Amino acid sequence: MFRYLMRRLLAAAVILVVISAITFVTFFALPTDPALLACGKTCSPSRLAEIRHALGLDKSLATQYWEFFKGLFVDRTYGDQSITVHCNAPCLGVSFQSDTPVLTILLGDFPVDLSLGTGAAVIFLVVGVGLGMVAATHKGKAADKVAVSASLVGVSLQIYFVGLLLMWAFVDKWQILPAPSYTPLTQDPVGWFQGLLLPWATLVVIYLAFYTRLSRSSMLETLGEDYIRTARAKGLPMRRVILKHTLRAAITPIITIFGMDLASLIGGTAVITESVFGLNGIGKQAVDAVTNSDLPVTMGTTLFAAAAIVVFNIIVDMAYGIVDPRVRLA
Amino acid sequence: MAIELPPQTADGTAPSAFLDVRDLQVHFPTEDGLVKAVDGVSFTLEKGRTLGIVGESGSGKSVTSLALLGLHKGTRAILSGEIWLDGEELVALPEPAMRALRGEKVSMIFQDPLSALHPFYMVGNQIAEAYLVHHKASKKEAKDRAIDMLKRVGIPQPERRVNDYPHQFSGGMRQRAMIAMSLVCNPELLIADEPTTALDVTVQAQILDLIHDLQQEYGSAVIIITHDLGVVAQTSNDILVMYGGRCIEYGSVQDVLNHPEHPYTWGLLQSMPSLSSDVHTKLNPIKGNPPSLINLPSGCAFSPRCAFKDRVPGGRCMTERPELRPMAGNDQHIAACHLADDEKTDRVAK
Repeated sequence: MFRYLMRRLLAAAVILVVISAITFVTFFALPTDPALLACGKTCSPSRLAEIRHALGLDKSLATQYWEFFKGLFVDRTYGDQSITVHCNAPCLGVSFQSDTPVLTILLGDFPVDLSLGTGAAVIFLVVGVGLGMVAATHKGKAADKVAVSASLVGVSLQIYFVGLLLMWAFVDKWQILPAPSYTPLTQDPVGWFQGLLLPWATLVVIYLAFYTRLSRSSMLETLGEDYIRTARAKGLPMRRVILKHTLRAAITPIITIFGMDLASLIGGTAVITESVFGLNGIGKQAVDAVTNSDLPVTMGTTLFAAAAIVVFNIIVDMAYGIVDPRVRLA
Repeated sequence: MAIELPPQTADGTAPSAFLDVRDLQVHFPTEDGLVKAVDGVSFTLEKGRTLGIVGESGSGKSVTSLALLGLHKGTRAILSGEIWLDGEELVALPEPAMRALRGEKVSMIFQDPLSALHPFYMVGNQIAEAYLVHHKASKKEAKDRAIDMLKRVGIPQPERRVNDYPHQFSGGMRQRAMIAMSLVCNPELLIADEPTTALDVTVQAQILDLIHDLQQEYGSAVIIITHDLGVVAQTSNDILVMYGGRCIEYGSVQDVLNHPEHPYTWGLLQSMPSLSSDVHTKLNPIKGNPPSLINLPSGCAFSPRCAFKDRVPGGRCMTERPELRPMAGNDQHIAACHLADDEKTDRVAK
C-alpha cells in the first residue's frame, strides 16, 4: 500500500513537471508581451528594457524555466533598484501585476473554491444519488418520470441564468439572503453558509441532473444483477436489498466521476459561478492572469488545478480499493 | 376454540402433496405482445423426493422456479394458477408473508455462483445474513452457523475461508458456498437452477452428490432444473419436460427415460452423446429453434420441428393443441401428443 502510494506520488510529480513545461512554452507562444503591458502607455525603450530585466524576461526560456523550478526549493529575490520582493521556497514566482508571491495568492483564493466546490459536491452527490435511487426503484412510474424530466431541465440550464435568477429572487426580491460573498468558515460559520448558499444551489442545479441520471442507470444495471436476485431470494426486505446490496455496487462507477468533478471544482472550474456571484476564487484568478499576461500566476493556477486532478485521481483509485475487494492496489 | 379451515383450492380438492402446483401461468406483458413464459404447468412433489424439470433455454423452467420463490411479485409479471406449499397458497400470498418464507422454507441455488454471490461482501457475511434475516441471533452466532454450514458442504478450513470474498473461491467452492447459503435455514423446499452448468465435469458430480446427501439429511423436497438429462437420471425421482412454457411430458424418471412418449423427449435423448455409441456416429440434434413465446405455433408448439407430425391424420398437430393424457395406460406417466401409441414403434430405443 505504502509503496503503491509512493509510486503514484512520484508519477504525479512527473506529470506536474510536464504540465508546467507545457504551460511555460505556451505562454511565450502568445503574442502579448508582459513587459510592454506592465510598462504602460508612455513607455520608453530604456524603461521597457528595465522592466524586462526586472521580470527576468531578458533571460533565455530555458534559464527562466530553470529559475522557476529552482524556486520550488530555494528562496528567490526579485526586483530592481526601487522595489525588491523576497519569495520564500517553495516559490512559484511573483505576480507581474501585484508583486505578491504566487503561493500567497493561491493560498488566499484556495479556501473559496474548497468551500464552494466541496459544499456543492456533497449536496449534488447525496441528492443526486438519492433521486437516482428513487427513479430506479420506481422505473416507469411517476416518480421516475418526474426525476428524469427534472434532470433534463436542469442539464439544459446555464450557470449565469440560474445564478442570476436565484440572486434576483432571494437577495433582491424576497431579501431573505445576504448578497453572496465568502466568509471563512472558522471566522463565522453562519455567514460562511449564508454567503455560499446561492452559489452552491446554482452548481447543484447544473450537476444534479447528471448525477441523478448517472446513479439511476447505475442502480438499474445493478438491480438486474444475479446477486440482487440472490439477496431477494434470501428473504431480505427490499429496503435492505436496495440500500445495502444495490447501492454498494452501484456507487463504484459514480465515485470515479465524482472525484474528478470535485477536483476540477476545487481547481477552479467553477469560474463562471465565481464571476456571477463575485467570489474571488482560483478560477477567476486564472482568467485574470491570462488576460494580464501574468506568467507566474498563470503557471501557479494551472499547476494548482492539475495537482488537484492528479491528487484526486490517486484518492479515487485508493477509494476503489476499499469499496471493491476485487481491486488490489499494487 | 379456533377452527382451522381447510385450504380452499380452485376445484375444491385438498392439496395432494407437500408442493402442489396447479395450472401455473406466468405471463409478461411486453411491447411486442404477451410473453407466455409459463402457460399452465401442474406438478406435485413430496418431501424427501426430487423432481427434475428439463427443457431448452426459454422453455419456462427458470421462470417456474422464480414463481415458487415469489420473486415475480412487484414486477410486471402476471401470475395465475395455484402453488400450494405445505397447505399455504403462494400465488396470492402478500409480499411480506412471502418474504418470510423465502430463504427460510423455500430456497434456491442459482446457476452461476460467481454472479449470484455479491462480489463486495465476504462469503461468510452473505451466509450469516441469510440466517439473521429469519432468526433472532447475534452476529457471532450467525457467523458460527456460517462456518458450520461451510464445513458441512465440504469447504476446507471454514474458519479461515468464511472471511474470504467470492472471487477468492474456486468455481466449485463458490457453488458449495451458494449451497451452504441456501441451506442455512434448513429449507423444506430447495430449488436448484442448473446448479452444475457453470462447473467442471468432475466438480459437477461432487455438487450433485452433495445436494443429494443434504437432502437425505434434512428431508427436503428438491427441484433440479436442468437441460441435462444425465443430471436428471442421476438425481431425480420424477421428471417434467417443458417446451414453449408448457409441460409436454411428466412421469417417473424410469417411465420417461425408458419409455419416452413425446417426440421432443425422444429428440432430447437422441441428442445426448453416449459413451457406448461409436465415436463416428454423429450427434442427432433436434432441428429448428425453440418457439417464440409471443406467437406460439397453433396446435402443438413442437409441431414445426416434429418429424412425426405427418403420421397424425388430418393435420391435427398444426390445428389442435394436444392435451396431457395418460400414456400406455399408465396414469402416472402423461404426455401431450396426438401420435397414437402404435405409431411410435420406430421411436428411439432406449
